[in-house]
Amino acid sequence: MGGLLKSSVAKKFAMALSGLFLVLFLAQHFTINLTSVISPDSFNEISHFMGTNFLVQAILQPVLIFGVVFHFIMGFVLEIQNRNARAISYVRYNGSANSSWMSRNMIYSGAVVLAFLGLHFYDFWVPELVHKYLESHPADATRYYGELVAKFVSPVRTGLYVISFIFLMLHLLHGFSSSFQSMGVKNKYQKGLEGFQGSASRWVYGLTKGFAIVIPLGFIFIALFHYFNNA
Amino acid sequence: MKLTLKIWRQENATTKGKMVDYIIDGIDGDMSFLEMLDVLNEELVNKGEQPVEFDHDCREGICGSCSLQINGQPHGPDKLVTTCQLHMRTFKDGDTIVIEPFRAKAFPVIKDLIVDRTAFDRIQQAYGYISVNTSGKTIDANSIPIEKEKADDSFNAATCIGCGACVAACKNASAMLFTSAKVSQFALLPQGEVEADRRVLAMVDQMDKEGFGNCTNTGACELECPKGISLENIARMNREYLKASIK
Repeated sequence: MGGLLKSSVAKKFAMALSGLFLVLFLAQHFTINLTSVISPDSFNEISHFMGTNFLVQAILQPVLIFGVVFHFIMGFVLEIQNRNARAISYVRYNGSANSSWMSRNMIYSGAVVLAFLGLHFYDFWVPELVHKYLESHPADATRYYGELVAKFVSPVRTGLYVISFIFLMLHLLHGFSSSFQSMGVKNKYQKGLEGFQGSASRWVYGLTKGFAIVIPLGFIFIALFHYFNNA
Repeated sequence: MKLTLKIWRQENATTKGKMVDYIIDGIDGDMSFLEMLDVLNEELVNKGEQPVEFDHDCREGICGSCSLQINGQPHGPDKLVTTCQLHMRTFKDGDTIVIEPFRAKAFPVIKDLIVDRTAFDRIQQAYGYISVNTSGKTIDANSIPIEKEKADDSFNAATCIGCGACVAACKNASAMLFTSAKVSQFALLPQGEVEADRRVLAMVDQMDKEGFGNCTNTGACELECPKGISLENIARMNREYLKASIK
């Protein structure tokens, strides 16, 4: 078991696992955000539940923070190792001839998403901590929608959110489907179920690519919806 | 055909190398890439200069000796061919061709375009074999029935010639495709299954010790492999490794 945490295969497995966890979180975050477009009351209700529920705050939130931090730290560790593996660069390297831009630049798309997380925490998480723990305001289940909408008054902030979600899309377009390969399960899907050879693989591949496009576009839609509603 | 060649020249493993330009004329489209280099070397020798050193052996695309990063791609722009099988008809009159050695920390340059690929040998030596007991009780391999699909996958993995194009193509200089092909060719057969756990752990461990990078699943290795070794082998190796690690 010790070797499982040391080797290149294990590191990639851990990277894939944490990535899949973050994909699940994204789906959950998107679903909650979407309610802000459909019903402000529902958004307030769900946000209040997430912000006050003991299980979410004491267990899921720390697990999520660990997942995010682990994914980024491991990403940088792997990137440093990979750069060291080729001490002298090629004079000419034709990477686009055999691989996608997304797959070659995960570190850059990831870095943009990391920078975005900084902004996002500054916008929502820090004020939430101040509201709850420093200023000790009484619980107000109706404040969340107003706080959300107020953030999307600024065109600069809205623009930064849109750009960040585009980079999230690029990151997911390679990362989501690639995680199955790192976990060694791609082969199982490629073989497909008995009688459905190949179909399971295509289904999983399509699902990952669809998710990578739809979810960031959905986040962009929500940001623009509130910006234009404010205008 | 008249060509401008930009070739990496390096005296030995300890000196710094640099790109040197050569103009070469009278190249026929039916020449192989290595024959074109032979012509260049003949000219250099006639002028009293040091010829360009490069690896080659069978010149039939099966030994894995020839390497060369040509215009940014291992074995050049053609698919499913080694450098020795690349023909000059792929290029046009007046083209500039950049020729470099395969680059990886685990493949140090010995001289000019020749790199030391013994890291691959050490990965093979780590457990790239089956321990056959030759006490007289061995069973004829042909008497063991094997599913056709598995036999085909194993054979396809075994076609890896160990040229190192996968490492050269990978932006991380990862040797996962090579190692996974060697793991897969045995893991898929009943003879190899017995030692599958020990094999995959030992070979991945050696691969990491050699200083190769990690796999980012870009797929460049599969596309540049002259034998078309599939990425499926990497998924299989990952699965085999994780299974063996938690036992």
